[in-house]
Amino acid sequence: MSTTTLPPTEKTQPVSTPQGTISDRSRAERKLGWLLAGPAFLVMLLVTAYPILQAVWYSLFSYRLTDPSNRSFDGLSNYAVILSDPLWWQALLVTVVITVVTVAVELVLGFALALVMAKALSSIRPVVRAAILIPYAVITVVSAFAWAFAFQIETGFVNSWFGWLPGISAETDWFGGQATSLLVICLAEIWKTTPFISLLLLAGLAQVPEVLQEAAKVDGATWWQRMWRVTIPNMKAAIMVALLFRTLDAFRIFDSIFIMTAGANGTESVSFLAYRQTIARVEIGLGSAVSVLLFLSVVIIAFGFIKGFRVDLSQTRGDK
Amino acid sequence: MSSDSRSGAAGRAVTRRRRRSVGGAAAAAVMASTLAACGGDSGGGNTLTWYINPDSGGQAEIAARCSAESGGAYTIEVAQLPRESSAQREQLVRRLAANDTSIDLMSLDPPYIPEFAQAGFLAPVPEDVAQRVSEGVVQSSLDSATWNDELVAIPFWANTQLLWYRESVAEAAGLDMSQPVTWDQLVTAAEQQGKVLSAQGRRAESLTVWLNALIESAGGSIIAENATDPDQIELGLTTPEADRAAEVMNTVASSTAVGPAFSTSSEDTSATEFESPDAGFMVNWPFVWSRALSAVEAGTLDASVPEDYGWALYPRVDADQPSAPPFGGIDIAVSAVSRNVELAYAAIECITNDDNQAYYMTTNGNPASSAAVYERPDVQEVFPMAATILESLEAAANRPQTAYYSEVSGGLQRTYHPPSSVTPETGEAAEALISAVLAGDQLL
Repeated sequence: MSTTTLPPTEKTQPVSTPQGTISDRSRAERKLGWLLAGPAFLVMLLVTAYPILQAVWYSLFSYRLTDPSNRSFDGLSNYAVILSDPLWWQALLVTVVITVVTVAVELVLGFALALVMAKALSSIRPVVRAAILIPYAVITVVSAFAWAFAFQIETGFVNSWFGWLPGISAETDWFGGQATSLLVICLAEIWKTTPFISLLLLAGLAQVPEVLQEAAKVDGATWWQRMWRVTIPNMKAAIMVALLFRTLDAFRIFDSIFIMTAGANGTESVSFLAYRQTIARVEIGLGSAVSVLLFLSVVIIAFGFIKGFRVDLSQTRGDK
Repeated sequence: MSSDSRSGAAGRAVTRRRRRSVGGAAAAAVMASTLAACGGDSGGGNTLTWYINPDSGGQAEIAARCSAESGGAYTIEVAQLPRESSAQREQLVRRLAANDTSIDLMSLDPPYIPEFAQAGFLAPVPEDVAQRVSEGVVQSSLDSATWNDELVAIPFWANTQLLWYRESVAEAAGLDMSQPVTWDQLVTAAEQQGKVLSAQGRRAESLTVWLNALIESAGGSIIAENATDPDQIELGLTTPEADRAAEVMNTVASSTAVGPAFSTSSEDTSATEFESPDAGFMVNWPFVWSRALSAVEAGTLDASVPEDYGWALYPRVDADQPSAPPFGGIDIAVSAVSRNVELAYAAIECITNDDNQAYYMTTNGNPASSAAVYERPDVQEVFPMAATILESLEAAANRPQTAYYSEVSGGLQRTYHPPSSVTPETGEAAEALISAVLAGDQLL
């Protein structure tokens, strides 16, 4: 059985306008567009482009906040220090592991929750949606504390509730090792942000035309076949956007690690490394270089998603 | 158009005008507050802003008392910093580097004072003030406020760790607690009695505090040769004394005497452990005493528990060498960009007088830096261990004094954690890491 997707809507070209030239009307529309979006664009430049460029500039200096008189231009040496340090690669690996694990689990769970929200009886739908979205409304630091308290030996209930599982006892120190610490960090992240991914997927589900489902039903397709051949292919754009947003978010993980382990036992992420150099050590040059590398990683991920998976952000709005 | 609709239109116009004027007023108010915030002024001409570490309200009360006593010469307002001392430092450094004139006074954790002083963030202490505020102050507290042989901050309260023990456990183990005890003796006693020895194994500042106390107690020092140039700092982590400290740390952390979550144990978790029936021995700050009494008052702890508390000087590393207990506390400094430096020092002299130190000690549980305060009956009543605290303060050793304390402490925490993995070779790894970090060749 082949997949069933809607044929792309044909774009209608104005009859009077030959291709390649712009009519007065579209020129006026373009101008209006710039007028409307211009101020926001300028503000964006001010609050994002300026700090990014400043970080790039600072990253070329040896510059300590408490010793500004000894600031000196160092070229790319900060980058050489970072890229030759095993700590950077370890933090990058930890970040990638957290990102892959959390995003994969969240995608599956989020899809299931989106289906529940979509199929719930209309009378209880608002309650279901609100209940599912509650974790997303919780501040990350608060959620990190809650999960840390739950797993700590002195304050937690996890060891006593799950003591019957092999490997868990009253004395299991979850934050005493790398694997167990990362497990709790990932669980907290998954609990916190699955609602976000399910909300984006719910919007995607709503875009799958009912007529295709009915046609597949008439053809005798099972629920599973309809899911794989009709629903998922038609919401590919929504899935990819959800994945992209969550991947970028997960890659910048900081709060949960800061609260739960403070980077102990090899749980430092790239953001944590940037924090330690810039804020704790006040080494603005080195910290800016870490931040620039983090920014580049995020750009590569976004670019990879958009080009590799051909994600079209405009499709999520329905304006193909 | 009917009169109703006309009056309706007129009403709407009035409402619109009112809305506009309300909106205008709101915008003006926001603008004014924003501009005021940008200005960073600390208020009126004689208003002093004191950035304090969070406490039980003692510093705010002292600020109010001194403001009243000044007879209008100055008014002290307090602004609260974050709970963690490292976060307090991060906020103050960023503000001071940006010449934030809203800071007049600040409560500083002693290890960060050299960094602030070397960066030129602190206003020089006038000689006459330095002389007055140094009288009768315990030496370790004076040392904490001194950088390059000059007093750069004023000692306020002085903290030190004691060895806390359960009298019943020590008695059962046959330990004579009137005599100095060693870490090895404590481990053996706790293991024999099946009780817990609590210390701070978490990767945090408390680990540096413990390591420093062990090395100093063994007769060594984390920084062997100090210097203002980071490349010239010589570390003392590969000395026989540091090796001995590493051995003790490993013995304690690897023993069955410590709790299962030792590698994540903080001062608070140690205090909780010490209130449990398994408690045997603990090294911790004196807050554990007032904490236990408050728990009894709240009905969450049996009164017999603090009755069983005993205290002694910090354990020794080697039986023949006196211990060097950890030193902590708070010193007060004046910002170099304060517009009221003279008034600020007048305020500090009031804040740190013996009456206020005694008040702070008895109400907030933070020990005084002035030795005379320990002789007061009200202090001795609240702190039956006052004499031991003073004795401990007199023997206490500061953590390494360097403008690069964050790097040194961060490097130590990274290499000496978890404490059960520490060997004499850890010192070499720590030296290599900290030296590389100070030279700008490695990340931390």
